[in-house]
Amino acid sequence: MGKLNIDRGLVRAARVAAEEIARGVITRVSGKTTTSIERAVLRLLGVDGVDSQGVPLPNVVLEQLKQSGKLGQGAAYWLVNAMLAYELDVPELIEAASKNAINLGDAPAQEKGRSKVLMDRLTAHALDHIAQTRQARENYLCSLGEGSLPYLYVIVATGNIYADVIQAQAAVEQGADIIAVIRTTAQSLLDYVPYGPTTEGFGGTYATQANFRIMRQALDDAGAKAGRYIRLTNYCSGLCMPEIAVMGAWERLDMMLNDSMYGIIFRDINMQRTFLDQYFSRLLNGWAGIIINTGEDNYLTTADAVSAAHTVLASQFINEQFAYQSGMPDSLIGLGHAFEIDPKLEDGFLLELAQAQLVREIFPNAPLKYMPPTKYMTGNVFQGQVQDALFNVASIVTGQTIHLLGMPTEAIHTPFVMDRALSIANARYVFNTMQHLEAEISFVPGGKIQARAAQVLADAVKLLEYIAQIGLMEAINRGTFAAITRSPDGGKGLDGVVAKTEDYVNPFWERMSQGRATI
Amino acid sequence: MTQDLNIIRPYGDTLNDGLIQLSFTLPLAKSAHTEEAAKQLVLKLGLVEPQIVYSEDIGANFTFFIAYAQTNLSVNVNELRVIPTTTKVLRKQEIEACIKAKLGRQVVVLGACIESDAHTVGIDAIMNLKGYNGHKGLEAYQSITAINLGAQISGEELVVKARECGADAILVSQVVTQKNIHIANLTRLAELLEAENVRERVILVVGGPRINHQLAQELGYDAGFGSGTYAEDVATFVVETLIKREELGNAGSSGKSGSSGNDSPQAE
Repeated sequence: MGKLNIDRGLVRAARVAAEEIARGVITRVSGKTTTSIERAVLRLLGVDGVDSQGVPLPNVVLEQLKQSGKLGQGAAYWLVNAMLAYELDVPELIEAASKNAINLGDAPAQEKGRSKVLMDRLTAHALDHIAQTRQARENYLCSLGEGSLPYLYVIVATGNIYADVIQAQAAVEQGADIIAVIRTTAQSLLDYVPYGPTTEGFGGTYATQANFRIMRQALDDAGAKAGRYIRLTNYCSGLCMPEIAVMGAWERLDMMLNDSMYGIIFRDINMQRTFLDQYFSRLLNGWAGIIINTGEDNYLTTADAVSAAHTVLASQFINEQFAYQSGMPDSLIGLGHAFEIDPKLEDGFLLELAQAQLVREIFPNAPLKYMPPTKYMTGNVFQGQVQDALFNVASIVTGQTIHLLGMPTEAIHTPFVMDRALSIANARYVFNTMQHLEAEISFVPGGKIQARAAQVLADAVKLLEYIAQIGLMEAINRGTFAAITRSPDGGKGLDGVVAKTEDYVNPFWERMSQGRATI
Repeated sequence: MTQDLNIIRPYGDTLNDGLIQLSFTLPLAKSAHTEEAAKQLVLKLGLVEPQIVYSEDIGANFTFFIAYAQTNLSVNVNELRVIPTTTKVLRKQEIEACIKAKLGRQVVVLGACIESDAHTVGIDAIMNLKGYNGHKGLEAYQSITAINLGAQISGEELVVKARECGADAILVSQVVTQKNIHIANLTRLAELLEAENVRERVILVVGGPRINHQLAQELGYDAGFGSGTYAEDVATFVVETLIKREELGNAGSSGKSGSSGNDSPQAE
């Protein structure tokens, strides 16, 4: 029954409080939708491409509806209604709309029965497409198999999708199991998804559907050669979270960075917008069998890993409940945490072990994502290898699932090809030489590690109960996470939060929440 | 060991042995040819006695090398001209005392990680209350109003904020950089501040792992700080420069008369 002898009653109390927190937020934002959710719906119904000015067509249509004040009924309603009214298919209708020959909101109302038939057909088509993509993943996993746990996760970030492909294929040959294409840093604040293959970006590469497809194909090729399925990761975050979820579901991404609070705290995106967007995007991720990666590691880049450890755990409980609200199973909830304690701290490694083991025991079926040291990486690449080696040890002896490899050149530049090779070799060495160490380890009853774990859990419960009392939005407002404060009506993207009318239509929302209570 | 400062060479285990460690990757599959190419490259760098001590096929037709070689070149340390940022770094209490005694008002410091850079670890280490490695950040200084704008702040936004809060100093951080984007970002900001007539009124400081004082000055900044910098390093520079400027009678141009004791960001 676990190595830490934690108080199971406290774990239950934490979940009760976290559920109350998540439900409280859902209640606060119910009755609303967002421009990005509606654009995601348009994409699902087949709206894609850009107009003559390069503006994505989902944005063009959305603006039309928003300006005529008709978004409250849902973009799906207007699209289907106009298709019937003008007897056009989706591409024809959207082309006419993009040339302002037609305004979707002006079409005369069509008979409800006919609308429903067409809506159902388009919806089924989209969901079938996602189901087939999901099945294709299952087939690959069946025929090719996958790497052993913990999965080796590396990033590519050249800014050019074609250069990313070269780096990713090299990484697969070196032993990587998961490739994450880091997104160009400014993209989270764009209120549209760029279109087509891209070759310029800074600190990363634009997330576009074409780029997703290019990398997917490259990893399928590399995986076939290497004899194991290679998972692809991108960012389902920022102002276009739900649209990215659609693109990921279609292009067979396997993991998505998708946190319930990250955008609010670190990108100053409005919290109502974020909570709505994350709810809908998690519906999609769950439907597509995509593992989400939550972003608790980020708290520790600003807050202290020792004194703020309980905020990480509290946030994991909250992320878990939000994912449950969207119907995600444990197997898709990749809760994040990190190895970020100051290396100069005496017994710091014991505290790291306590935290990693604690999270493992509390979330036994979650594919935990363990993040490497970044904050105390100095530019001394040699010392960096040692720090990463200790991180690798902590990961293998506590049974982590998704292991994001630390790079010796962290804090200097985005990884070079040899940085990745060195890191993968480091991890493979540690994982192999300590393959079964986990089963041989027990911790001294009442010793430093057990005591630390008990303390972090107790503090997390206290924090969750406090948040449950005041509500999550107010807690964020008071700087509970990462010592950053955000107000409910502040931040970017609030103008994209729209009240739903009583006859609001979103067939995907209905189908994917499968009768559960929904927003 | 007697050293001739006119001739300084790298040191391995003997004075003047000139030993250098290198590692690099060639975009070629591993072969005897590739190894020879690596050796030739080291020779072309002007190094002698190259030894490829390790080479590895790292996939996708790339080969990684670790090499040792020697240089016959040397540096004449006596001829170097290096501008130190400050002569002596003051401690937190000394900085506070210095502000009280010589300025008699709050010093407003604005911090931001600019443009594409989303990595606040550097600016946080300098600005945030907790600081880094036991060195408290500027928020912990009673006589400093520290405003940390965080990540991805555009130059335009920074100019507006600097005006709004009457900043004495702007601290810019550039941590993660690719293809020297930090140079472009920093140049653009300096030009923007100049065009907006803000540059003269503030002390402009940049920090980051790829930054040094000389580079900063070349880019039109007052100071640059690299890795291992703490809040007091920056605060010492800012406060000493501020005092110098006010003593020189430049105070008028900054609009600061030394009368504002208000620590609100809206003090002006």
